Amino acid sequence: MSKADKRVDQYRRRFLIRAAGQACGAALLGMGLLTLARQTYGLPATAIRPPGALAEPDFLAACVRCGLCVRDCPYNTLKLSELGDKVTTGTPYFIARNIPCEMCDDIPCVVACPTGALDKELTNIDDARMGLAALVDEENCLNFLGLRCEICYRVCPLINKAITLEAQHNPRTGKHALFIPVVHSDACTGCGKCEHACILPEAAIKVLPTHLAKGAPGQHYRLGWEEKQKAGGSLVAPDKEHEYNLPEGFRYEHEGQGLIKEKESDKTPFGSNPLDTLNQRGNSNE
Amino acid sequence: MSSVLLRPGVDAIAVKGWWSAHQWLLLRRITQVSVLGLFLAGPLFGIWIIKGNIASSLTLEVLPLSDPYLLSQSLFAGHWPETTIVIGALIIAAFYFLVGGRVYCGWVCPINPVTDLAAWIRQRFDIKGGARFPRQSRYWLLAMTFITASISGSLLWEMVNPVTIVYRGLIFGMGMVWLLLLAIFLFDLLLSPRGWCSHLCPMGAFYSLLARYTPLRVSASKREQCNDCMECYAVCPEPQVIPPALKGAEQGIGPVITGINCTNCGRCIDICSKHVFQFSTRFTHTSYQGAI
Repeated sequence: MSKADKRVDQYRRRFLIRAAGQACGAALLGMGLLTLARQTYGLPATAIRPPGALAEPDFLAACVRCGLCVRDCPYNTLKLSELGDKVTTGTPYFIARNIPCEMCDDIPCVVACPTGALDKELTNIDDARMGLAALVDEENCLNFLGLRCEICYRVCPLINKAITLEAQHNPRTGKHALFIPVVHSDACTGCGKCEHACILPEAAIKVLPTHLAKGAPGQHYRLGWEEKQKAGGSLVAPDKEHEYNLPEGFRYEHEGQGLIKEKESDKTPFGSNPLDTLNQRGNSNE
Repeated sequence: MSSVLLRPGVDAIAVKGWWSAHQWLLLRRITQVSVLGLFLAGPLFGIWIIKGNIASSLTLEVLPLSDPYLLSQSLFAGHWPETTIVIGALIIAAFYFLVGGRVYCGWVCPINPVTDLAAWIRQRFDIKGGARFPRQSRYWLLAMTFITASISGSLLWEMVNPVTIVYRGLIFGMGMVWLLLLAIFLFDLLLSPRGWCSHLCPMGAFYSLLARYTPLRVSASKREQCNDCMECYAVCPEPQVIPPALKGAEQGIGPVITGINCTNCGRCIDICSKHVFQFSTRFTHTSYQGAI
């Protein structure tokens, strides 16, 4: 190897070592960042993305953190996360308990988004799914206590669709009704007006990310009565009438009067000999 | 380094006067403040000329301007963007192609005044030493930001990118941004001279790539008048770009500074008492050799 060759060789060595060093440094930093990101990317459950936001992982790929949605929000609902906040730095969100989404018809935040992080496909605000309201505290919700608060129901922009009141018997008083607010996921946009309006110091109804607020039945699970209706008849042929195990002279009407004594008789349902009754049971089980 | 270089510019001020010896510096500061002012006029005074921030903005409700680096990250993260941001990014890329990619660094970036201040203090108080990263490090970091964007499927670098975080902070709320600014300032002041902007910042690296064929360039058009005072090297944030243009006459290299990392800041023009440098175009270059 000539002297010049050796010098070139040394130069090449030095170059390769330097390049390897820089590459390793950059890779180390990148790995640190990736680890950090995995720990910090979880969105707090109370932070809600603007309407039309892509699913969180896609959103973080699309949003360039420009704040144009924030600027065009007429109600100052949206905020950009500041450095140190629990939401990924610079991304838009709102806290329903502070300022809920007013569900503007023209959805200016979506129109303003230059990247598509807020999906332009969303043109009807009723189709937005920012999250899902859930009545999380049945112990303290006033309506569950039999009182008539129902502010969540009244303020709901989709009243009687997203939140309905279901009347139930009030077992405490025995003569009143409970009007239970029930959220329907097929209509709730997650705007958060219910959470904002809840009069309790800590809201009993909260908007949560849909995956937290909503359970999911097993995929194989079918509701018999729905399948029956779809099929137009019983799928378990033939639809057998339910047999009640009743004393002689009685019948039972499921939807109506309940237990009916068929003919007036001074006889009690039970014979004077207790063994008769026992035998009767045994017979009907055959 | 001679003691003269602790206070570069003394000769220039004596020859040209203070204003003339600081004209590009002042213009640059005015530009930085004006651009920020345009963004702040909306939130502070309700004058909505520009909405958004440097990541992406809308001027006078029609003109979209977007950062091509952020768009690139988004593409690497796997998002297919809307046309608005693509148009905005193309406009910005075209602009910086014309005036010099790293004009972004010298004339707009909010980190520049901070690291300039650190460099100025280092010089004035003769703070020596510190870690020196290879200037190519920024390109490795640039690659890293794209690769990690791909792996994580998100704009990962935007979690820490001081440029966008500071700008957004100034317009939308600082949060803990002051800490980040302090960190960069101390890093440049005590750990690594001109460490961030001139060695590591991947955003600057990205913009430098737009400058390969930039028409607007500084030229050492009167390089024969150079008296080797070294003051241009002392103030230049990327001094490696100067020698080919300033000292390349014998090798037949033209006088235009063609290094893609020249930020067109014009400090060399200000500081030179011999009127060596001036803004020019690369077309006045007879032959060139790029330096990183």
